[in-house]
Amino acid sequence: MQTFTQRLANPTQFMGLSARLLPWVAGLAAAIIAYGLYLAFFVAPPDYLQGEIARIMFVHVPSAWIAMAGYALIAVSAFGLLVFRHPLADVAAKAAAPIGAAFTFLALFTGSLWGKPAWGTYWVWDARLTSVLILFFLYLGLIALRSSIDDETLASKLTAILALVGIVMLPIIKFSVDWGNTLHQPSSVLKLSGPTIHSSILTPLLVMGAGFLVLFVAMHLKAMRNEILRRRVKALQLAEVARAASQVVAPAE
Amino acid sequence: MDLGPNASFIWTAYGMVAFVIAGLITWLVLDGREQQRRLADFEARGVKRRAGPKAATASSEN
Repeated sequence: MQTFTQRLANPTQFMGLSARLLPWVAGLAAAIIAYGLYLAFFVAPPDYLQGEIARIMFVHVPSAWIAMAGYALIAVSAFGLLVFRHPLADVAAKAAAPIGAAFTFLALFTGSLWGKPAWGTYWVWDARLTSVLILFFLYLGLIALRSSIDDETLASKLTAILALVGIVMLPIIKFSVDWGNTLHQPSSVLKLSGPTIHSSILTPLLVMGAGFLVLFVAMHLKAMRNEILRRRVKALQLAEVARAASQVVAPAE
Repeated sequence: MDLGPNASFIWTAYGMVAFVIAGLITWLVLDGREQQRRLADFEARGVKRRAGPKAATASSEN
């Protein structure tokens, strides 16, 4: 009897399951984000120090979480491809890259807009901001490397190796606020000693984080489905070329 | 809703998030439709990735 993961390894079964799941996941994401926005704008009070500008946190922090979670997913998928040769591992890694890059861009952009009124500058070359910028370039590098190689198998292996090397950025980003001088505030949610944010702000933040996570799952499922279809189209193109070639050769024989 | 003197920063941040997410969703939907259309086109022309049982039988009969 096949396990759940073994069944998922079959692209055809994945397509069937994801088609049923996708509308529900997408709807759930929309509902959670709508509720999170209501909490962010109508329930959460202004920050006692920064005032209203701290409301950017409700999109900035979840974007940063998804930027890192997306990369972790790519690295796990890369491991799954190189070690276990899971049929969907490369599909998952390829599908997650543009979505993760988009959320990394959003984390940088919204953080920059928060920085101007809070710090007096859009950008500083400190450890946190610079390491997230490197993560963004890493995402772009993965996309560019894959696009530059025609051989799908070689491209998947090389991007998987780069993805595994790049995972070193995740702990660097996480602990960058503890190393040296930085304008960025230290961790205040994901701490061993527990969150240091008041519940009136923490709750909307966690709801928005959950909404962004479910949205990422929905978009990743859709991107994986598109990638499976793209590979089927490519296989059919090759089959058509092979058939045409055999018909050209046959009369000569 | 009064977001104070920094309202433009807040609205720009939320606007960009909405714009990028809407762009991603649009791209994913359009890309999916394009792949479906191309697959349907191949199916309409009878192109198959590999020979099925019927095709194999037919070729062996010939």
